[in-house]
Amino acid sequence: MTDSTYTALLELSVSVLLLCAVLVVWRRELRTLVRLLAVQGFALAAIPAIRGGHTRDWTLLAVAVGVAALRSALLPSLLRRVLRDAGEARETEPLVNTTASMLAVAALTVLAYAVARPLVDLDPTPATRAAPAALAVILTGIFVLISRRRALSQVVGFLLMDNGITAVAFLTTAGVPLVVELGASLDLLFAVLVLQVLAGRLRLAFGSADLDELRELHD
Amino acid sequence: MRSLAVLALAAPLVAALAVATAGWRRAGVAASIAAPAAILGSGLTLAWGVRDGVVRTGPLRTDALAVVMLVVIGSVGLLAVAASVGYLRREQAAGHLHPRNARRYGVLVDLFLATMTLAVLADNLGVMWVAIEATTVVTAFLVGHHHTRAALEATWKYVIICSVGIALAFLGTVLLYFASVHAGPTHDALGFGTLLGRAPHLDPAVTRLAGVLLLLGYGTKVGLAPFHTWLADAHSQAPAPVSALMSGVLLAVALTSLLRVKAVVDAALGAGFMRVGLLTVGLATLVVAAGLLIAQRDFKRLLAYSSMEQMAFAAIAASATNPLATSALLLLVMVHGMAKAVMFIGSGHLQQAHRSTSIAMIRGLLARSPALAGAATVGLCVLAGLPPFGIFAAEVGAARGLSDANLAWPLGIALLLVLVAVAALAGRGGAMLFGEPDAEAPPIPLGRLDVSVLWAGLAGCLLLGIASGPLGPVLRSAGRLLAGAS
Repeated sequence: MTDSTYTALLELSVSVLLLCAVLVVWRRELRTLVRLLAVQGFALAAIPAIRGGHTRDWTLLAVAVGVAALRSALLPSLLRRVLRDAGEARETEPLVNTTASMLAVAALTVLAYAVARPLVDLDPTPATRAAPAALAVILTGIFVLISRRRALSQVVGFLLMDNGITAVAFLTTAGVPLVVELGASLDLLFAVLVLQVLAGRLRLAFGSADLDELRELHD
Repeated sequence: MRSLAVLALAAPLVAALAVATAGWRRAGVAASIAAPAAILGSGLTLAWGVRDGVVRTGPLRTDALAVVMLVVIGSVGLLAVAASVGYLRREQAAGHLHPRNARRYGVLVDLFLATMTLAVLADNLGVMWVAIEATTVVTAFLVGHHHTRAALEATWKYVIICSVGIALAFLGTVLLYFASVHAGPTHDALGFGTLLGRAPHLDPAVTRLAGVLLLLGYGTKVGLAPFHTWLADAHSQAPAPVSALMSGVLLAVALTSLLRVKAVVDAALGAGFMRVGLLTVGLATLVVAAGLLIAQRDFKRLLAYSSMEQMAFAAIAASATNPLATSALLLLVMVHGMAKAVMFIGSGHLQQAHRSTSIAMIRGLLARSPALAGAATVGLCVLAGLPPFGIFAAEVGAARGLSDANLAWPLGIALLLVLVAVAALAGRGGAMLFGEPDAEAPPIPLGRLDVSVLWAGLAGCLLLGIASGPLGPVLRSAGRLLAGAS
C-alpha cells in the first residue's frame, strides 16, 4: 500500500464514520438508525484494518475483525431485537428539530477540530490528522443522547459516542493495549445487553419506551 | 505477600461460582461471607508488610493505596453480605422474592466485590477503567432488584449516566496512553508506576485534555457534579445492603481511581491544574448536596445526599495535594464507608417494616426499637463528624492539610456547607428518632445477626477514630504515594 493510498483510505473511512453520525441526527426511523450504526461499525473496523495492512501488523488485523463482528453485527442485532419487540418505528418529536440539530452538529464539528489541536500538534501523521473527525462523532453522540426521548435512540447515541472514542484510540495510537481493548469490548457488550433488557422492561412497565414518562424520582 | 492480592481477587469469584451452582443457601452464603472476610484479611495482613513498598504480581499492583481500599472493600463488604442474609430472608417470608432472584442477587454481589477489588489492584490504568465500567454492569440488576417502576427508572438513569460518564474517562485514558507512547516505549505505557516515571515528559496540552476528561468521567462514579443525578435515585431504589456497598465502597473505589490519575496528571503539570478542577466540582457538589439535604423527605435519599457531601469534601481535601490532607481523606473514606453501611442497613429494616422510605411516616424510633435507634443515633454522630469517631480526626487532618496548602478560602466555604449538611441530617434524624410512636406502627423485627452487624460497623468507626493501629502508617504512606511528589 503506498502512502497516498493509505492516507486516502484512512480519510475515506473516517469520513464514512462522521457521515453516519450526521445521518443519525437527520433521520427519525429507529430501524434506519440501527442500520446506520452497523455501517458505522464497519467503517470503524476499517481503520485498524488499514493501519494493520500498512504496517503488516497481524494483531491489528485480528482486532479489526473483532471490532467488525461486535459493532456491525452483534450490537445492531441486539438493538433490532428491541425494535422487533416494541413495534415502534419512529422517534416521536425529538427535543430539538432537524434543522437546529444539523446546525448543532456543524458547530460541534468545528468545536472538535479546535479541541483536538494538541493531538495533531503532538504527532502530525495522516492518522492523527483524522482524529478530530472522530472527536466530532463523540460530541454528536452526546448530542443525540440528550436530545432524543426514545430509549433506543439514547442507546444509539451512546454507541455513536463509543464508536468515536474507539476511533480516536485507533487513529492516535493504533489502539489501546490488547487486554484493555478486550475488556472494554466485553464491558460494552454487557452494557448494551443490560440496556436491551431494561428497554424491554421499560416498555412493559410504562407502556412505551418514551423516557419522558420517567419522572417518578425527583427532589 | 504476593499471593494475598490474588487471594483477595479470587475469593469473591469463587463465591460467585458457589452461589451460581448451589444457590443462595448454606454453601453459597458461607462462601459469600468468606469472600469479603478474605479481602479484609488480605488487606490487614498486607498493611503490616507493604508500607512504602510496592508488590507487583503479574498485572496486579499492591501499594499502600490498594491496601487501604482492600480494607474498605472487605469491611463494608462483610457488613453488607451479612446483612443480606436477613434482608433476603425477610423478603422471602413476605413473598417478595423468588429463589432464582436470590441466587442472582448473591452472584451479582460477589461479582461486584470482585470488580471493585480488581479496580483497586490493577496496575494498568486501562484495566482499572475496565473494572470500574464492569461495576456499573454488574450492579445494574442489583439496583433494579425490586421490579417496581421507580426501581426501573433509577436503573435506566444509573446505567446510561454512568456509562456515558465513564466513557469520557476512557477517552481520557486513551489520550493519556497517546501522550505516554510519545514519551517512551509502548510496553506498559499505561502502568501506574511507568506513567509516574514518564510524567515529566508527557505532552502538557494532551495531558490537560486527558485530565479534564478523567476528572469528569471518574467524577461521575464518585457522585460529583455535574453528573451526580444518578446517585440519589440508584441509592434509594437499590436493596439496602447494596446501597451500603454502593455508597460505602463503590464511591470510594471510584475516588481512588480519580486519585491515581490525579497523581499522574499532577506529576506532569504540577498540582495547580487538577486543584482548580477538584475545587470547582467539589464545591459545586457540596452546594447541591447541602441544598437537597435541607428539604429531604425520603430517608434513603437523605443518606445518599450525605454520601455526596462526604465525597465532595474528600475531593476538596484531595485538591490540597499534600500527604497530610490525602491520608486524612482516605481515613474519611474508610470511616464513612462503615458508618454509611450501618445507616443504609438500618434504613433497610425500616423500609421492610413500613414498606416506605418517607421520613414523615416514622416517629419515636427510640421507643419502638432501641437497638436500631441506638445504632442510628451513634451512626448520625459519626457522620456529623463528632469525636471520638474517625471522621472527626479525618476532617481535622484535611483542614490542616488544606490550610498548609494556602487553601483557607475554599476550606472555609466547604466547612460552612458541611455544617449545613450536618444540621439537616441531624434535624431529619431527630424527627425520626424522637417523639411519640404511632399506635399502629408496625414492629421492626431484628435478629441477633442484624444487631451485631450494626454495632460491629460502629465499633470499627470508633476504633479508627482512637487508634488506627497498623493502618496509620499505611494511610500515611498512601498519602505520600499520591501527593508526595509535590
